[in-house]
Amino acid sequence: MKYEFDTADQLLKLCKKHKCSISEIAKRYEAERSGKAISTVRSGMKRARDVMYEAVKEGVKSTKKSKFNLSGGDANKLFQSLSSLKLMMGNKVTVRAMAYAIAVGETNANMGRIVAFPTAGGAGVIPGALFSCAEHFKAGKRQLLRGMFTSSAIGIIIAEGATLSAAKGGCQAEVGAATAMAAAGLTEMRGGTPEQCFHSAAIALKSYLGLACDPLGGLVEVPCIKRNALGAVAAISASDMVIAGIESKVPFDEVVKAMNDIAESMSERIRETALGGLAITKTGNKVKKKLGLKITKEL
Amino acid sequence: MTQLSVFDVAGPVMVGPSSSHTAGACKIGQFARALFHTTPTKATFYLHGSFAEVYKGHATDKALISGVMKLRTSDPRIKEAFKIAKAKHIECVFKKKDLGEKFHPNTVQIVLENSSRKLSMIGSSVGGGVIEILRINKFDVHLQGRAGKYLSIIVCHENHGSKTFNKILNRIKKLGIRIINTQTTKYKDKNLTIIATDGRDNKRITIKEVMDIEKSIEGIEFIRSLSKLEKQ
Repeated sequence: MKYEFDTADQLLKLCKKHKCSISEIAKRYEAERSGKAISTVRSGMKRARDVMYEAVKEGVKSTKKSKFNLSGGDANKLFQSLSSLKLMMGNKVTVRAMAYAIAVGETNANMGRIVAFPTAGGAGVIPGALFSCAEHFKAGKRQLLRGMFTSSAIGIIIAEGATLSAAKGGCQAEVGAATAMAAAGLTEMRGGTPEQCFHSAAIALKSYLGLACDPLGGLVEVPCIKRNALGAVAAISASDMVIAGIESKVPFDEVVKAMNDIAESMSERIRETALGGLAITKTGNKVKKKLGLKITKEL
Repeated sequence: MTQLSVFDVAGPVMVGPSSSHTAGACKIGQFARALFHTTPTKATFYLHGSFAEVYKGHATDKALISGVMKLRTSDPRIKEAFKIAKAKHIECVFKKKDLGEKFHPNTVQIVLENSSRKLSMIGSSVGGGVIEILRINKFDVHLQGRAGKYLSIIVCHENHGSKTFNKILNRIKKLGIRIINTQTTKYKDKNLTIIATDGRDNKRITIKEVMDIEKSIEGIEFIRSLSKLEKQ
């Protein structure tokens, strides 16, 4: 295959060779891999974008609580606050990004339709960061799709070099990976070079290494949903740093290797089993009781 | 190299909350339905391991029954699965059952029946919406499923020699379908064969062609194509 890549190094070489962006390589790679036309590949991504947009729209309107009353209505609170903006983060882009990210998480918890980008647990970060920033600099629809393709390419590299499953690598593999993906996508949307995209992804992923997956009752709600909001803001910050001229000291491929090493040394208790961390606190056990789960230990 | 798709990362499009407990469960249900072929009057689900522990919180029960009713993993009606099942007169039973240690924690045994037939199947959801089918009736099999990759034909046939089997293969080849490999399991006087076909550029088998094969070749108990399950 002409456009195959497993690492950032290979992808950067492809970008140089063909003199194009990461998103363009990702598109050509998918077309080559599946034997479909570029336009069909782009339509596939458009569908993902539309589903994410619907999930955001539904989520910011809804004040409905989830089945076990663990989440719901927070996206709406943030979205309402946009009109007055008395918050410390007196900046519409970040507050809106948080609102959108939470909206997707809440939609997911209420059994609405979402795109698992890269997984259901981290599905809010990319729409949060990308949609809010696209609104800010009035990006065209194509520009947004380019960001999404770049994000996917980063996701493929993480999946190849480490993992995208919290059962294997904890939350660093879900919200962490999503944050790195969003940061790179955003940098490309802003006109950054392929190298800059990887610097943003590396800076973002480095800050999420070792994050535990310890949700209350094993449900994808607490702390997952709010973690998505902070992930979206972190992605924007990482992209800002790089656009300001900062570079990551550790190259992206090495960060992925580090992530894999940390995943292997993580205890099973904090890998989506609800047997450690927040899941076994007093509050965590209350939720377990409600769900009829066995209580093993309390912190 | 596995050659992941961009849409394995930017997807699947699914109804929440969990890719393994909701989307995967729905897909296992779809498989059972495709193997049974018609709407059952009764569906019994034996939940094993983590499925038995947390199925309520992740709506695994709704997702399973949705799959049996042919809903896609992205269908928002999964939420109202029980209502739809009632309207379709499908009796749903959920039971906890330990299927044994050799199975993945996210495993379910599905038994579908109507007045004349019964089908039992065991499937596991192994993460990220990817599933495996491990038993069909009494036959141990290994079938992996992911969106867009179910191009298998499943045949249950008699096993006196390989006469019936060769006839089936020849018929499929004649239809212009390329066979990648076959996997046969024996149980008493019956064989179950999974025929993997290549659907990339070639023609795919239609339901009518499948039914024709079932009618015209002797010694087939049932033959099913899973190509209908493709798009998610």
